[in-house]
Amino acid sequence: MQWETVIGLEIHTQLTTKSKIFSGASTAFGAEPNTQACLVDLGFPGVLPVLNEAVVKKAILFGTAVEAEIARRAVFARKNYFYPDLPKGYQISQLELPIVGPGHVDITLENGDNKRIGVTRAHLEEDAGKSLHEDFHGMTGIDLNRAGTPLLEIVSEPDMSSAKEALAYAKKIHQIVVYLGICDGNMQEGSFRVDANVSVRPVGQKELGTRAELKNINSFRFLEKAINFEVERQIDILEAGGRVVQETRLYDAARDETRSMRSKEEANDYRYFPDPDLLPLIIEEDFIAETVQEMPELPAARRARFEEQYGLSAYDADVLTATREQADYYETVVAEAGDAKLSANWVMVELAGALNKAGLDLPQSPVSARRFSGLVKRIADNTISGKIAKQVFETMWESEDSADAIIEAKGLKQITDAGAIEAIVDEVISGNPAQVENFRNAAPDKQPKMLGFFVGQVMKKSQGKANPKQVNELLRKKLADA
Amino acid sequence: MDLEPDEVEKIAHLARIAVAAGEIEALNTELSGILDLVERMGELDTSGITPMAHPLDMPQRLRPDVVTEENHREAYQAVAPAIGNGLYLVPRVIE
Repeated sequence: MQWETVIGLEIHTQLTTKSKIFSGASTAFGAEPNTQACLVDLGFPGVLPVLNEAVVKKAILFGTAVEAEIARRAVFARKNYFYPDLPKGYQISQLELPIVGPGHVDITLENGDNKRIGVTRAHLEEDAGKSLHEDFHGMTGIDLNRAGTPLLEIVSEPDMSSAKEALAYAKKIHQIVVYLGICDGNMQEGSFRVDANVSVRPVGQKELGTRAELKNINSFRFLEKAINFEVERQIDILEAGGRVVQETRLYDAARDETRSMRSKEEANDYRYFPDPDLLPLIIEEDFIAETVQEMPELPAARRARFEEQYGLSAYDADVLTATREQADYYETVVAEAGDAKLSANWVMVELAGALNKAGLDLPQSPVSARRFSGLVKRIADNTISGKIAKQVFETMWESEDSADAIIEAKGLKQITDAGAIEAIVDEVISGNPAQVENFRNAAPDKQPKMLGFFVGQVMKKSQGKANPKQVNELLRKKLADA
Repeated sequence: MDLEPDEVEKIAHLARIAVAAGEIEALNTELSGILDLVERMGELDTSGITPMAHPLDMPQRLRPDVVTEENHREAYQAVAPAIGNGLYLVPRVIE
C-alpha cells in the first residue's frame, strides 16, 4: 500500500524578556537554582499574576510577521495538571481566545517550489520549572527558576507531508523569531522546542490516521530523524495489521528511535477554564500600530535589499540573510570595507569555511565582524593580495590582533610600487631566456597559459607580496616587446 | 443529572483527592446537585449576550518588563519540607 505522511508542529519559543510573564523575577539563564523564583512563580497563596507588556508586544510582532490576525481580546486560561515542577497545579495558558489567530508562512521545497504552511494559532503561556532526576537520596530536585518564563506556543496546521517539509517549516519559524529578536533560538538550552504530531494514512484517504506526538527533540537534525523513524514505525504497525496508539513518544537521539512515554490519555484531561486572576487582555489598534513600528526587517525584505543595495546575486543575498547574525556580520564588514562583492565572498567562503572547519557557529567566531572588516578593507584597497589575506586571516583566527598589526609585523604589505615590481619582472625575464623564447614563439591562444610560469616566478621572488594585477600587466607588456 | 460512580472516582483522581468507597454516593449527590444548577442556568436565553471571561468589566493591566524581585530563596525555602543544593526535594518522579 502507498502511505502518506501528515505532520503538524507545535513550537514552544521562549520569549526574550528580562522578567517573567506574570512576575518581576529575572529570566536570565544559568542562575543558581531557585534564586529567580519569586512568590508568584512559586504559587504561594494570596499572590496575583500581572501580565508583562513586552510579552504582548513580542506576540504581536510574531503575528504580524506570519500575516495573522491579532486578537483584540485574548483570555488566559488555567490548564490543570499535577507535576512537581508546576507549583500552582495549573499552567496559565490560552485556549479559546489566543493572542495570535490564523496565519501562514511559505517554505521552499527541494525542487525549488514554494509551499504555504498554515499557522493555526500562537498563544502565550508560562513555562514550568525543571525536574532534576539525579540522585538526591531517592528524591527528585526541583528548580523553579524557569517557572513563569514566557512562552509563545506556535501551532501549525497539519500541512506538512514529509520530514523535510517539517524541517523547512521549523527552520522558517526559527528564522522569523530570531530575526524579530523575540527568541534567542537556542535549541540546546531549550529556548526553541519543537514537538511533532505525526500520522500516516493510505494515499487518497480523507480522514487523518492516529497520531503520535514526538517530544524531546533538541536539534533540527533530530527533528528530521525522529519523524522519519516514527513514520517507518507506524507504517510497519499498519502493514502488519496493527493499530497505532495515540500517545506521546520521546525521541532518544543516542538510539535514534522514539519510545513511548507512559500513556498520558487520562492525564490529558486538563479541565481548562478562564483564569479568574487575570482579566481579559484588550489590545487596542494604537498599541498594535505602535508595536509594529518597532518591527525589524524580516528575512525576505532584507534579501531583496541586499540584492538592490549591494548589487549581490540572489544566491549570495539568500546565503547572507539566512540568519540575522550573518546578515548583521556582513553589513558591518561591507560598511567598513566598501567592496560589497568582495565582502560577500570573504564572509561566505573564507569565514564560513573556517567556522565550518572549527565546528563553530557565527556567534562563536573568534574573529569579530569589526576585525574581519579590517582584513577585507586591506584587500579592497590593494594593501595585500587575496592570497596573502588568507595567511593574515589564519593568524587573526589564532590571535586577537588586527589585520593591520599582522600585516605590519610580518611585513606582508603588497608591493605596488611600479619600479620595484618592474625590477623583479626584469630579473625573471633575463633569468629565463629559454622560457621567454618559447613564449614569444607560441601561438597567441597558448600564451595566457604560459604567462602563469612568469607570474609564479615573480610572486615567488617577491614572497607573494607583488600586486598580481600589476605583475600580469607588466609581464604581458615586457614579453610582447621583442 | 446523575453521575456514574466511576465518574466521581475519575474527578477525585484528577483533583488528587483520596475518596473512600463509602463516600462516593454522598459525593455523587452533591456533585449532581451542582450540575443540576448549571443545567437549569442553561435554560436561560443567552443569545445576544457576549460571553464573559471575568465578572469585572475591566481590561488586564500590563506591567513594564523590569526585574523587580530579588533573591529570597532562603526565606521561601524555610517552609519547604525538604531542600538540598538549593533545590526543592520531592518524592522521586519517574518519567
